Amino acid sequence: MGSTSAENNGAVGTSGVGRRDLIKRSAALGLISVPAMSFLSACASSGGDSGGEKAKAGTKTAKNPLAVNDSAPMEFVLFDGGFGKEYAEDAVKIYEKDFPKAKVKFAATQKIQSTLQPRFNQGTPPDLIDNSGAEQMDMGVLASKNQLTDLTPLLDAPSYDDPAKKVRDTLRPGIVEMGQLDGSPVWILYYAYTVYGVWYSQKALDSLDEQYPETWDQMLAVCAKAKKKGMAGWTYAGKYPYYLPFSLYPMIGKVGGREVLDAIDNLEPNAWKHPAVKACFDAYYELQQKGYVLKGTPGLDHIQSQTAWAEGKALFIPNGSWVENESANVIPKDFDLAVSAPTGLDSSDKLPFGTIWASGGEPFIVPAKGKNAAGGMEQLRIMLSEASSKNFTGKVKSLTAYNGGTDGITLTPGLKSGVAALEKAGDNVVNPRIQDWYVQLQKEQIGVAGLGEMMAGRITPAEAIKKIQGFADAAAKDSSIKHYKHQ
Amino acid sequence: MQHGKYRFIVGFLALPLGLYALFVVWPFIQSIYYSFTDWTGLSPEFKMVGLDNYRRMLDDEIFWKSLQHSLMFAVVLPLVTLSLALFFAFMINVGGRRRRGGPVVSGVRGSSFYKIVYFFPQVLSIAIVALLFAFAYNPDSGAINSLLRGVGLGSLQPLWLGDPNLALWCVMAVLVWSTVGFFVVLFSAGMASIPTDLYEAALLDGAGRATTFFRITLPLLWDTVQSGWVYMGILALGAESFAVVQIMTTGPGGPDYSTTVLVLYVYQKAFRDGQAAYATTIGVALLVVTLAFAAVVMRLGRRERLEY
Repeated sequence: MGSTSAENNGAVGTSGVGRRDLIKRSAALGLISVPAMSFLSACASSGGDSGGEKAKAGTKTAKNPLAVNDSAPMEFVLFDGGFGKEYAEDAVKIYEKDFPKAKVKFAATQKIQSTLQPRFNQGTPPDLIDNSGAEQMDMGVLASKNQLTDLTPLLDAPSYDDPAKKVRDTLRPGIVEMGQLDGSPVWILYYAYTVYGVWYSQKALDSLDEQYPETWDQMLAVCAKAKKKGMAGWTYAGKYPYYLPFSLYPMIGKVGGREVLDAIDNLEPNAWKHPAVKACFDAYYELQQKGYVLKGTPGLDHIQSQTAWAEGKALFIPNGSWVENESANVIPKDFDLAVSAPTGLDSSDKLPFGTIWASGGEPFIVPAKGKNAAGGMEQLRIMLSEASSKNFTGKVKSLTAYNGGTDGITLTPGLKSGVAALEKAGDNVVNPRIQDWYVQLQKEQIGVAGLGEMMAGRITPAEAIKKIQGFADAAAKDSSIKHYKHQ
Repeated sequence: MQHGKYRFIVGFLALPLGLYALFVVWPFIQSIYYSFTDWTGLSPEFKMVGLDNYRRMLDDEIFWKSLQHSLMFAVVLPLVTLSLALFFAFMINVGGRRRRGGPVVSGVRGSSFYKIVYFFPQVLSIAIVALLFAFAYNPDSGAINSLLRGVGLGSLQPLWLGDPNLALWCVMAVLVWSTVGFFVVLFSAGMASIPTDLYEAALLDGAGRATTFFRITLPLLWDTVQSGWVYMGILALGAESFAVVQIMTTGPGGPDYSTTVLVLYVYQKAFRDGQAAYATTIGVALLVVTLAFAAVVMRLGRRERLEY
């Protein structure tokens, strides 16, 4: 998460230039360096659909249920992020083995949008994309502009391992729904499966003689104990406060029930004014007020806060299951990483302890204007096989959308704890969609301007709620963003 | 011999002007055209929507905030950077004590060393500078707060980039640090071309450092200062402010929109929100602001040119 951007400072001494020339020159410079403009239109459309002809369909067989043309080239662009590219390369090798006549072009990049935006505009996108990372393309816009292929045929095709089972039936709960934006077509297939929650060191907790707290009073007690030992209770990515919801939203769902989260996702009027929201905001604010949040946290980015947490400066951090891979080099060997579902308020909460946020990550899309959509889908079908899924989990310490596939591989502590948390949660898995439906609202407005300010102690929970409700109302009215509803 | 002069000039200028028109002017025209559409940036389909984007921009609170911050950048940064650079350049080249047997006009002791020190940040890419300072500003373990603790100011531990009242200034300070050296060198070059007899005469009349600076150096350097101002202002409105805000600040653009600038907003709208047409609209606003800035500086700075 987070992003970097390289910008070159090309200023070079110009002492050789006369002063009078310089003044004329700087006028011209004014025209040249007004930024962004020419940059933008550089990727402007050439108009028309110059896509070229699509690959002809192949013959449908039991081994080739999607009727892939076995000699058509297939192009696959992967986001080269926390999970690396090895798992995809391995899957590509299987595709090449299955279709020896097909030429597969595979590329991995961190710059998804800058690489692919011009190609969408020209109507020549690749056949399969992992649309992830800081440069993720807006999926709602892509879908509404008819740029994506409906993946329903893939979901209804027999799975790679068992011809009697549909791909659909091998997936974890929620994966198919997440890929639907509006109505029945499935535009996106989330390949990774992320467990969000409160991450901590079991060893540190043991050293305090404490269990993971299930009610907020216990939470405050644990934090007080930790504080006596010179350890903060919490830290979080202060510069990206949209990490806070990873534990805060499921807590709201636990306290007030799923409907509260659904109302928030649906941008319903006064959704944020629900008493459960206020109670949870108050609870988090109390952490700040009592000094249980690591000092300086609002100025830390995700890496810095994770490092402080791994060094034992703070007990808990809200995060997702990628943290195990991302912080691998700072987490001590005997850390005994664990994740827990968020602490609730008390026994009157609507859902039991264990209610957790888990959902798909790494969205894969098959562009509609690509030449070989069937090939792209077939590649996904291969990746959703048990062997490929196991390969992924073993290599990058994360679950996949494939339900199962963890037998016979040694699970790392964090992953093991994530699997256990999912088992404990059972049906009580929530999946707030505001995160993928309304990116600006979630990150910038609720996260930075609302929760971030509240947790820095600059506004009260009541003010934060008022502010956030205002943002949500504005988003609901804004015709330039696409609106979604829970079905 | 005037015959054919213009044809001669045109002959030489045709190629660069053509390239300029193709790669600079044409994209501008295109961008302005796109600002009247509902282009998403992710699909070749779009239609004309007239002035909708402009109407929306005028109602957009964040746009106004970004504009305000961008203008702050354009006014404060050149002011601080150029003042510092003028001071440093003067001390390096002219401000030295007169030494027996030495030249009449010279810089302070060790001036060639200072020159290198000032110029050094120029060799670092702005992205690296921004990252370095992001670490230095880390309120928990960063260099600045550690230093404060070290000198016994442990109670004073600002959040720096995490504090909406400080974040913008923190970012500006980084830009000052990284650009001042360039102007020190630029002004040094300018000062080197001021004839020494002027200084000698001033010294004979008993002028001190301040008088020498304000009566001789600054007036004779005025053109350079003015172009420096325009150049710095454009940098501050554009690429440099984008890089530091994007890399260093919360969100980015925060906390609570306290550091959002126009270029960043263009980038976010085009490459995060899939609203390329609206982004070009803000780009047009940025173009207007930049041109207005250059025009104002040129006009205010107009002075009688001194020949020597």
